[in-house]
Amino acid sequence: MTDFTWLVPLPVVIPLCSAGLTLALYRKPQIQQIITVLALALMVVFSGFMMWAADQGPIVVNVGEWAAPVGINLVGDRLSALMLTVSSSVLLCVLLYSLGQGIADSSKSPVSIYHPTYLVLAAGVSNAFLAGDLFNMYVGFEILLAASYVLLTLGGTFERIRAGAIYVVVALLSSLIFLIALAMIYAATGTVNLAQLGQRLGEIDPNVSIVVQSLLLLAFGIKAAIFPLSSWLPDSYPTAPAPVTAVFAGLLTKVGVYAIIRTQTLLFPDGRLNDVLMWLALATMLVGIMGAVAQNDIKRLMSFTLVSHIGYMIFGIALGSKIGLGAAIFYVAHHITVQTTLFLVVGLIERRGGTTSMAKLGGLAKSAPLLAILFFIPAMNLAGIPPFSGFLGKVGLLEAGVAGGGWLAYVLVIGSVLASLLTLYAIVKAWNKTFWQPSPEPLPDNSLPASMVGPSTVMVVLTLAITVFAGPLYDYANKSASTMSDNSFYINAVLGDQGRGEGESTQLDGPDPVDESTVLEGADTGAVNNDE
Amino acid sequence: MIEVSPSLVLVVAIGAFVTSGVYLLLERSLTRVLLGFILIGNGVNLLFLVAGGRAGGAPIIGQTPNDKMSDPLPQAMVLTAIVITLGLTAFVLAMAHRSWQLLGHDEVQDDLEDRRIARIAARNAPLVLGADNADDSTLMLTTDDDSAEVRDETSDSSEHDGEGTQ
Repeated sequence: MTDFTWLVPLPVVIPLCSAGLTLALYRKPQIQQIITVLALALMVVFSGFMMWAADQGPIVVNVGEWAAPVGINLVGDRLSALMLTVSSSVLLCVLLYSLGQGIADSSKSPVSIYHPTYLVLAAGVSNAFLAGDLFNMYVGFEILLAASYVLLTLGGTFERIRAGAIYVVVALLSSLIFLIALAMIYAATGTVNLAQLGQRLGEIDPNVSIVVQSLLLLAFGIKAAIFPLSSWLPDSYPTAPAPVTAVFAGLLTKVGVYAIIRTQTLLFPDGRLNDVLMWLALATMLVGIMGAVAQNDIKRLMSFTLVSHIGYMIFGIALGSKIGLGAAIFYVAHHITVQTTLFLVVGLIERRGGTTSMAKLGGLAKSAPLLAILFFIPAMNLAGIPPFSGFLGKVGLLEAGVAGGGWLAYVLVIGSVLASLLTLYAIVKAWNKTFWQPSPEPLPDNSLPASMVGPSTVMVVLTLAITVFAGPLYDYANKSASTMSDNSFYINAVLGDQGRGEGESTQLDGPDPVDESTVLEGADTGAVNNDE
Repeated sequence: MIEVSPSLVLVVAIGAFVTSGVYLLLERSLTRVLLGFILIGNGVNLLFLVAGGRAGGAPIIGQTPNDKMSDPLPQAMVLTAIVITLGLTAFVLAMAHRSWQLLGHDEVQDDLEDRRIARIAARNAPLVLGADNADDSTLMLTTDDDSAEVRDETSDSSEHDGEGTQ
C-alpha cells in the first residue's frame, strides 16, 4: 500500500492557514477572494483523492509522530473521505454564490471578516470528520461552532442578534454536555482515543457505558437537531444571509449525524439505545414535517423540512444493520447537497421577490422561469420523487427497514412514507404559492445576477450528478458501512498489532510509565499487520 | 493501578458550580446565561481533574518517580477547554453588548414567527372544536400567551415594516 498519510491533515491545514492569510490581508478583498476560492478548490481536490485512497483501507496519521493512543491521530476512512468530498464541494459552491452576491451588492462593501471565518468553519468541519479521538472531535466542533456564531450574527442587526442569542446559548449547552461526557469517559476508561475506546467501553460496567452513551447522544442530538432538541434550528437559521443559512443547513447538522454514526458504530456496537433512537427518528420526521406544513415563510419551511429529514438518517443508523447504515450514509451525502441547493435557490427567490413570505410572493413562474426550474428540481429531489437521489435514498432506507423486521421497524417505514408525502405537500404548497398564484401585489423588478445564478445552477447539477452516479456512490456508502459495522477493522488500522500507532513514542525509552502496561494489555487483539 | 477515589472537596465544588450554573442558564438575561455557562464550564474542568485520578508530582521523567506522577492528559484537556471557554465568553459578551446597544437590554427574545403561527392556531381553535367551545378560546392560550405578554414584540407597530423578515 502506498503511503498517503500526507493527504489526511491537508483538509484541516489548508483552510486554517488560508484563514490566517486572509485575516492578515483584510485590506485587500480581491486577494482574500482568490485565496479562499483556491483553498476550497484544493480541499475538493484532496478530499476527492482521499476518497479514492481510503477505498484501499483507512489512512491513519499519528500527528507529530506521537503514537496513538497517547498522541493525537487523524483517521481518513471511507466515511470521513466521502463526507469531506461532499462538504468541501458544497463549501466551494456556496462561497462562489456569496462572492456573486458580494459583486452584485458592490455598494455595500464586503465584510472583511467573512472569508477568514468561512475558512475556519471549513477547517472545523474537516477536523470533526477526521478526528481519531473524541477530544479532537470536540475541538473540531468548537472550531466550527465558534465560526458559525460569527457567521450567524454577521452585521449584528436586531434580527440576527435575537436569533444568534438562542443559537449560541443552545450550542454552548451542547458543548458543555459533550465535555461532561468526555470527562466521564476518561474517568471510566482512561482514554479518549476512539479506537482504544472501542476496545475498552465493552469491558466496563454496562450501566456506566449506557450513561456515557446517552450523554454523547444528547450532545450530538442537539447539534444534529433530533426532535425534542431541534426547536432552536428553525428559529435561528432563517435570519442569517442566504449563503450562510445554506452552508449551515447542509453541513452543521450533518456533522452531528456523522458523530452519531461514528460513536454508535465504533464505541457502542451493541446498539442498546437503538429502540430509543427509532422512536426519536419517528418523532423527528413527523413533528418536523408538520412544522413545515404550518409555515408561511419559505425559509422557515425549508428549515423544518431539514429537521424532518434528519429523522431519516437517524432511522438508518438506529436499524443497526449494514444496509441501514449504508442507506443512511448515502442519504447524508444526498441531503447535504439538496438542502444546500434549496437554501441557495430560496436566497435567489428572496432577491427576486424581495421577501420570503409566501403570502406576498407569487407569479414567479412567468416572470422568472429559470428560477422555477432551479427550485423545482431540488424540491422534487427532496420530496423523494423518482428518479432523483432522494427517492433512491428513501427506497434504500425502506428496504433496510423491512429487512430489519420487527414491528418498530415497520412503524418507522410507515412513518417515513408519511413524512415523505407530507414533505411533498409542503413543497408543493411552497411551489404553488411562490410560482403559480397571482402575486397579491406587484413584485419589485429585481434582476438576478448571473454570478449568483451560476453557482446555484452548479449545485443543481451536482444534485443531478448524485442521481446519475448513485450506483457507484451507493456502493461506496455500502462498503463504508460494512467496514464500520465491524469495529475491529478501525481499531486494528489505528492501533496495529502492537496496541500502539506508529511514531517515535512507540519506542518506550526509559522506564515504563505505570499505566503503559495496562495500555498494552488492553489492546491485545492482534490481527492485521500494519507494518510494511 | 492508579488510585481513583475522588477528593470530596472537588466533588462538592463540582456540584455547587453545576447547580448554580444551571440556575443561571435558565435566566432570560444573556449576561446571566453567560455566567451560568462559565460556572458549569469550571465545574466540568474540575470534573476532568477528578477523572485524572489522584494528584501527584510533575509528570516529567527524571523529576518524579513514575508511580508518583499525576496524569498530564486531563490537565492538557482542561487547558484546551479553558481557552475555548475564554474565547466564547468574549464572543457572548460582545453579543450581549450589541443587544444592549440595539434594545437597551440583553434579554433573549422570543421567536416572532412562532408567535404569529400560534396566534393563527388560537384563532382557528374555536372553529375546530365547534362553536360551543368558543368561550374557551381564551383558555386555549394559557402558558404560551402569559409568556408572550412578558416580552412580545409582535403587537407593536414594527410588525409589518419589513425589517423583521429580512
